[in-house]
Amino acid sequence: MSARLAIESTAARLAARLSRLARTGGGTTIPGKLLWKLDPGAIDALAARLPLGAVIVSATNGKTTTTAMVAEILGPGTRLAWNRSGANLLSGIASALLTADDAELGLLEVDEAALPEAARRLRPRALLLGNLFRDQLDRYGELEHVAEGWRQAVRALPHSTTLVVNGDDPQVGSLAAGREGAIAYGLHDPRHARHALQHAADSRYCIVCGHPYEFAAAYVGHLGDYRCPACGHARPELQIFAREIELHGLESAAFKLVTPAGSVPIRLRLPGLYNVYNAVGAAALAQALGVELDRIKDGLERFDPAFGRFERIASDDKSILILLIKNPAGANEVVRTLEDGGAPAVLLLALNDAIADGKDVSWIWDVDFEPLLATTERVIASGDRAAELGLRCTYGGLDESALELEPDLERALDRGLELTPPGGELVVLPTYTAMLALQRIVTERGLTRPYWEAKV
Amino acid sequence: MRIRVGHLYPDYLNIYADRGNIAVFERRASLRGHELAVEAVGLGEKLRPGAQDLLYIGGGQDREQALVAADLQAKSDAVHAAVADGVAVLAVCGGYQLLGRGYHDLRGVDLPGVGLFPHETVAGDRRMIGDVVLDCELEPGERRTLAGFENHAGRTQLDPGAEPLGRVIAGFGNDGESGYEGCRVGRAIGTYLHGPLLPRNPWLADWLLAQALAHASGDEPQELEPLPDRLETEAHAVSAQRARDRGGRL
Repeated sequence: MSARLAIESTAARLAARLSRLARTGGGTTIPGKLLWKLDPGAIDALAARLPLGAVIVSATNGKTTTTAMVAEILGPGTRLAWNRSGANLLSGIASALLTADDAELGLLEVDEAALPEAARRLRPRALLLGNLFRDQLDRYGELEHVAEGWRQAVRALPHSTTLVVNGDDPQVGSLAAGREGAIAYGLHDPRHARHALQHAADSRYCIVCGHPYEFAAAYVGHLGDYRCPACGHARPELQIFAREIELHGLESAAFKLVTPAGSVPIRLRLPGLYNVYNAVGAAALAQALGVELDRIKDGLERFDPAFGRFERIASDDKSILILLIKNPAGANEVVRTLEDGGAPAVLLLALNDAIADGKDVSWIWDVDFEPLLATTERVIASGDRAAELGLRCTYGGLDESALELEPDLERALDRGLELTPPGGELVVLPTYTAMLALQRIVTERGLTRPYWEAKV
Repeated sequence: MRIRVGHLYPDYLNIYADRGNIAVFERRASLRGHELAVEAVGLGEKLRPGAQDLLYIGGGQDREQALVAADLQAKSDAVHAAVADGVAVLAVCGGYQLLGRGYHDLRGVDLPGVGLFPHETVAGDRRMIGDVVLDCELEPGERRTLAGFENHAGRTQLDPGAEPLGRVIAGFGNDGESGYEGCRVGRAIGTYLHGPLLPRNPWLADWLLAQALAHASGDEPQELEPLPDRLETEAHAVSAQRARDRGGRL
């Protein structure tokens, strides 16, 4: 390490410790922000000294879970520089690289918009690109804009980088075209296809000629087995995929993982088709790193979800189930999974509109909440935009008498628990900053541990 | 009474939850005993003369907008004829741009418009994104506020003498400079505001429904009977306050 980098790193680490002492948060991005300000090139140098290199995971939905799955597969035998808290901008990456100075491998979740710069600086050994959905248009701009950034990032990758793409996403799958050694993954089980594309499906028009795709199967949003009847642009051949998928409500999912190295049955401890996508992506990335199939299976089957992605917390004789919602495609999958598991009697929805949530709340109108609202007995709408959310619910068929507005999250949580019968479960769907606020509340009540104290 | 709505390109122009606006028309019509019949009008489909009381066109991403621009051009005469006949129009964001004379982007690509609204749009180098609140006076002496969210790279310049939808209290508006937002031509309203716009601004939904009913019945527009609008009022207040606190400025 150069003298300059050493001094900068020490200063930045000190800042992290102060931040943690001050209890302002996990201190997850403070040192990185400082380093990023002092010397953006320091990230390149920190990444270059990782003996096993770095891998990057990016996607609109599922990047935190996919990255955590890869970490579980690699296990404690590999010392990681991993931004596990989800701080996925350049400053968060800098922090992860700084705080794990004995790391062998960088395992980095990267924000979609930050991907081009992150890939250029980190020169990753492998890059996993999972999916592109419309998300926080006020922050990211149009989907096409993010996709163009990804195309440029892929063109600029070193030849040594192994590219792993979700072939079921037209925009993402096409990035593998013409790139030697690229790996495409996806699902192959038309039994789980949706009858029709969802209302807010993106990428429904051929990226080559603009004609609507025909979907032999659409699994999650526009992810599926597509083909353009006009020009023939179609899903690439999949090297790694899941078939014989079994979804067990809110509890688990099982599938057969098919890879060039053989096939194994996998039983996930988390539900939903979207988590099957996450698991297959994590498996593809692990295989690109040379991990054997047995270890991949063990890791995936051991895996416990990241905070708020699917977490059950006990509260006296009741439980709280928290499922993050942040954009139409992701929220629709959460709704579908809840539906499969038997829709909850009491639902707490929390909508904030801070920058990290998206200041534009119009996306809630593109979420198909209707199946949940048809069966739930009571909905508590909370967060800074509780009224807007309440309005969305009444338009989704909820009787106004079944709706309670409680903008304050802590009071909303208490009210939700009060309405939940003993032995029952309160289902909470928060946006990102509402999820962080809930995390603080349940931590203060001693119900869970903060992520920066969690075991690695 | 039956209100016939022509929804232009719902498969292409739906980026900011445009179906929320349609749902508001449906519910507020039905609560007053009217029936809304929504017909999608897609690529290559004809806008049949006399078959609509209200036209709706939403916003899309650049790619989708380019896909529909030429088709909309072919419907230009039908749109003009409908508005001249008293059909009400709500055009949001991309739809608002395409109903002007045209859109010129930075790469020299020009999308010709329909020329219903007297304005031209030129792409700017920075998107105008944020909460926005307007002061409107669609009927003399009746001042109302509209609260929404804007996200557009285009700067829309109204011709001299053109009637804006409202004056910007907070936010960017048409071009970030003029202090005006949207455009009105008779019963046609164009705006950048989404959110979606109508759930939290029910008075505008009612105004448009009244115009559409007037077209359907051949009478003058009548004020619709008021609804409780408890959640609507609250959502409007929060959204308007957001704009006052953090609406964009150039």
